[in-house]
Amino acid sequence: MMDGLYALMDQLLPTSIFGMQFMKNALLALLLLTPLLALLGTMAVNRRMAFFSDALGHSALAGAGAGLLLGISNQTAVLIVFGVLWALLISRINRTGGASADTNISVFSSTGIALGLVLLSQGGSFARASSLLVGDVLAIGPNDLLWLAIALVGGVIAWALMYNPLLLSAVNPHLADSRGIKTRLVEDLFVCLVAVAVMLAIRWVGVLLINALLILPAAAARNLARSAPQHALFSVIISLLSGVIGLIAAYTLGSSVGAAVVLCAALFYALSLLVRRMLRIVN
Amino acid sequence: MQANEAIHRCGLCRIEMRGVSVRMEQDTLIQDVNLHAHCGQLTVLIGPNGGGKTTLLRAVLGQVPYEGKILHLDEQDKPFAQVRVGYVPQQLPFDKQMPLTVRDLLAAALTRRPVWTGVGRKARQAAENALILAQAQGLINKRLGALSGGELQRVLLALALSPAPDLLILDEPVSGVDHNGQALFLDTVNALRRQQHMAILMVSHDWTLVREYADQVALIDKTTRVVGTAEEVFDSPAFAASFPHTHGPGRSA
Repeated sequence: MMDGLYALMDQLLPTSIFGMQFMKNALLALLLLTPLLALLGTMAVNRRMAFFSDALGHSALAGAGAGLLLGISNQTAVLIVFGVLWALLISRINRTGGASADTNISVFSSTGIALGLVLLSQGGSFARASSLLVGDVLAIGPNDLLWLAIALVGGVIAWALMYNPLLLSAVNPHLADSRGIKTRLVEDLFVCLVAVAVMLAIRWVGVLLINALLILPAAAARNLARSAPQHALFSVIISLLSGVIGLIAAYTLGSSVGAAVVLCAALFYALSLLVRRMLRIVN
Repeated sequence: MQANEAIHRCGLCRIEMRGVSVRMEQDTLIQDVNLHAHCGQLTVLIGPNGGGKTTLLRAVLGQVPYEGKILHLDEQDKPFAQVRVGYVPQQLPFDKQMPLTVRDLLAAALTRRPVWTGVGRKARQAAENALILAQAQGLINKRLGALSGGELQRVLLALALSPAPDLLILDEPVSGVDHNGQALFLDTVNALRRQQHMAILMVSHDWTLVREYADQVALIDKTTRVVGTAEEVFDSPAFAASFPHTHGPGRSA
């Protein structure tokens, strides 16, 4: 199946940049990864969860460390389980109070990093930690792509099912409550879905930059959109464009793919601010 | 009296609060509240700030644990299994910059298709029908954050009325809304009360509005102090005790 897909890509793509198989794989990976993150990002931005998802990404280090400690070889599975538990724990502690949300999240963020570094640097080498910090989408293989495709389909279906109640609770939780929506349940499902999407992508994008793929396209789209469908559409378009342009730029410059993709998205964000000012998009 | 007629004609549902108390940790917020809200009637809750009006509404909405009984009864005094409650909050706090139109909000509440995939003809129709009930049909394409106070309350009323509730709860729905918006909102509610025979519970501080629209007034100050017509409540000693600085609003107008 992959051979047929590669042949098709050779015919369709106008440039020789994607001649090598690893470039084709990276392109496919970005086309699969970025739209789901961009969709989830619209809600993360509306709910002011950018800092939350950042802390969640950082917990991947601790998750990988825990996997190492327990001797579990399937790293992605460990990351997902750990990420989901971590996300639910942050949500729980945010609700039960104590310090303000940003303080709580900061505590979790640094704890995740420190725990991860302690576990992963056992034996005195930071190699395991640094590969997770930066990530490498050029290393992705056909088998991983299949999993990403399954995750994209599953993620979009889950997103479709939870979106409407989640949107109402994002506008106002009391309003959602009064309409019989289980606000806490949908919020918990949402952070779990974000955790799964982030942990699936993190091996390829890296801990340092994963949050940018979630937040930047959605933030740029929010500057341009006036309705919820527009927000989702613009976010997905910006994320796909950032993915493709970033990959080409990274190949041309010989630099990190993840970083180039994020820079591209940041450029779109800057552009969106300009366009917003020029068109005075307020209403 | 029109109000009595309404009671006889409908009998679909009445909300009975029997000995309702709400405690939060050590504090007793309300104690032994007894009140009936009949369908086709607008029952206004008045009382000093901190007197427990909003707490009582939240108990009826099931948002806080309470002692005592809140019964939703039909004509034969059989409890309704599923009572629909519509709720219009007091000045909804929300993110005004959010890319979200009135159409999106209503479609998300009334239909199953996820709004991010677009709003189809059916969902748009459902949104339009809901807005017509609250005389807000012109607002469908506006961004939620761009609405005026009165417009937002009418959109929230449209939402609360769809699907049609047995009980409509309005928590100071027009505080902070300009005079014109207040009149439009309350005339709409008043018309609905007659046409749809729903029981309406409203919190208000505006004595003029209370006199004009209320079928029944309940003074809530930790408990039910007086229940009766606006005149009866305003002339009662309990009213003077709860509002020592207000002089006879019953006689002023």
